[in-house]
Amino acid sequence: MPPLGDLIWTTLAAFLTFCIFSFLYKDNPFYKFAEHLVVGVSAGYFTMLLYFEGFIPKVFVPIFKEGKLYYFIPAILGVLMWTRFSKKWAWISRYPIAIYIGIGTGVAIPLEMQTKVVQQLRASMTAISFNGSAGLNNLLVVLGVFCALVYFFFSKEHKGLFGGVAKFGIWILMIGFGTGFGLTVMGRVSLLIDRVKFLAETWWPMFKAFVGAVL
Amino acid sequence: MRQQLPLTIIFVIGVFMALQYFVPHQSSEFIYEYALDWVIIIGVFAMALGLWSLFLVHFAKIQKKSAGWGYSTIAILGLVYMLIAGALWGIEEGSPFMKIFWYIYTPIQATMFALLAFYIASAAYRAFRVRNILSTILLSAALLLMLRLIPIGPLSGPIQDIDRWILGVPNLAAKRAIIIGVGLGIVATAIKVVLGIERSYLGKD
Amino acid sequence: MAFYEKLMGLDRRWVYLSVGIAVLIPFFIPFDVPVYTTPEVKAVYDFVESLKEGEVLFLAIDYDPNAMAELHPTARVIMRQAFSQNVKLVISALSQNGPGMAEQLISEISKEFGKKSGIDYCYLGYKPYPGITILAMGQDFRIPFPSDYYGVPLDSMPMMRRIKNYDDVKAVIDVTGTNAIDFWLVNANARYKVKLAAAVTGVMAADYYPYLQSGQLFGLLSGLKGASEYEVLANQKGFAFSGMRIQTIAHIVVILFIVIGNIGFFISRTQRKK
Repeated sequence: MPPLGDLIWTTLAAFLTFCIFSFLYKDNPFYKFAEHLVVGVSAGYFTMLLYFEGFIPKVFVPIFKEGKLYYFIPAILGVLMWTRFSKKWAWISRYPIAIYIGIGTGVAIPLEMQTKVVQQLRASMTAISFNGSAGLNNLLVVLGVFCALVYFFFSKEHKGLFGGVAKFGIWILMIGFGTGFGLTVMGRVSLLIDRVKFLAETWWPMFKAFVGAVL
Repeated sequence: MRQQLPLTIIFVIGVFMALQYFVPHQSSEFIYEYALDWVIIIGVFAMALGLWSLFLVHFAKIQKKSAGWGYSTIAILGLVYMLIAGALWGIEEGSPFMKIFWYIYTPIQATMFALLAFYIASAAYRAFRVRNILSTILLSAALLLMLRLIPIGPLSGPIQDIDRWILGVPNLAAKRAIIIGVGLGIVATAIKVVLGIERSYLGKD
Repeated sequence: MAFYEKLMGLDRRWVYLSVGIAVLIPFFIPFDVPVYTTPEVKAVYDFVESLKEGEVLFLAIDYDPNAMAELHPTARVIMRQAFSQNVKLVISALSQNGPGMAEQLISEISKEFGKKSGIDYCYLGYKPYPGITILAMGQDFRIPFPSDYYGVPLDSMPMMRRIKNYDDVKAVIDVTGTNAIDFWLVNANARYKVKLAAAVTGVMAADYYPYLQSGQLFGLLSGLKGASEYEVLANQKGFAFSGMRIQTIAHIVVILFIVIGNIGFFISRTQRKK
């Protein structure tokens, strides 16, 4: 017989799994129960994670154990974020927000440009030729990127040559979206496999062994 | 003071952080490191803001006994249990805190996403139609990608090759165009924020 | 009601039932399907295989339980491969509901290989704002993580004494179901020239091929398929490999539904034209 504690916990997990699956038939109180439970548990999990992994090592230890009193400054700035709950004092929270946004945007300007624009354009500037598949593929990539970018120009009407180029662009984009869909099916099925595996290979044998032992 | 000072802070810090990338100097690295360190600390408090907000929403529902207040009680109970369990026994593997994580949180969240397997099959059945050339292209690409997981004897090899080509050529071109567009959008918005043109994030006075 | 009308108006719950049965049946009928390895997966495998004893690999475990089915097998097989070669691991978990899950995996596999925290691996854990945390680690791991997940100061760990930042790790492999990979690309690869590979969910995979071709990523694993390829390469067939036969049946069912749906659509269109 499996340990009773394990059986109870595993059966609870199986019950909650069924609660969520019941939504496939229609919305019902079991689904709503599980849905709200996960909201609370998730929030509680994250709160304690922030406390143990954020507050303790980054605020409590430096200030109270290591005597780094200047850490009070970011801590106070953090606390100021909480003024958002007061209509009267909400404007104070703009200062810590300004620091975060200043850092975030300042960092993003060169790095996003480099990652998403410069390096991507550079990778498109490869040798194009009509001999061999590699050269043709490179040509197709360059044409595809160019035409798909043209499609995103909505300030000019998609007519004539411009329209033709944009049309090829949307064909390329459709292949991209279709590819995404094909891979998404695999992704979603993987998640279902995991849950069915849990029910069929973890919970059910345990439950069957328990019932067998009791009877 | 309420508008101009935050905008000035963003401008000064934003310009400094952007320039720091191009001109890394010992003294600027020093400030850079402190800036990153401090933002993480601000983040600890900022993240808790959302959690408190969630608590308030459910608490208000319970107080007013509005529709579904019973479910809000469940949410609050889940939250309170996690806070107590975490505070008393810690968050390490094997603790009562992690038991709830593994046996309540994980199965619910994983199953919620597993439902999408059913929905995507239903969507494929209802919406994936060969209506015009665009939907035919989309459908063909999706089918070819799905076929690579099905062993069909001698056809499997060529299908794998076609899929590799789709992923590495037309799909790559499509996604690259999107990435470049997104990148330009991010940079343009960031510049507008630093220059104080975009300021909706500051809220109203 | 004509047959095609019935076909078009089929209750969605029949579709759900078919998918459910398609996933359930292969559990009781074991069979294997061939797994073809792709160059983007082999690149990651070969890289980890080439690491020498004592070298350091950074493994970023950035997913929540919702992506666990797809990504846990990948994280597990890479961790096993690294530990079996006595490669040291620095591990972070920047997804907000994932650190506990990562801890379970680390404790399970470290026990299996007799590896010790602070000597053979260092589990950094979680900090808010993944983008900023990744940037800060590029200067010094101690900025965001003065101590590890268990509260042990990094400076007190024998392994971490010679590890300051990304310069001291051979590469970062990000196993992720979130946009953390974008932060790794922008804030680690672009900023600090970190050698980077990614294992992402099936939903995300197609979006990252441009980064693979540009060399910003040196390898890419897509969902359970990527994990199964890796399991075959590492000779550690497990959940992902066995899951592929279920994928096969489920994909056949989805394709059949697409075909049936289109047959109904064509007949109804022809009838309407008449």
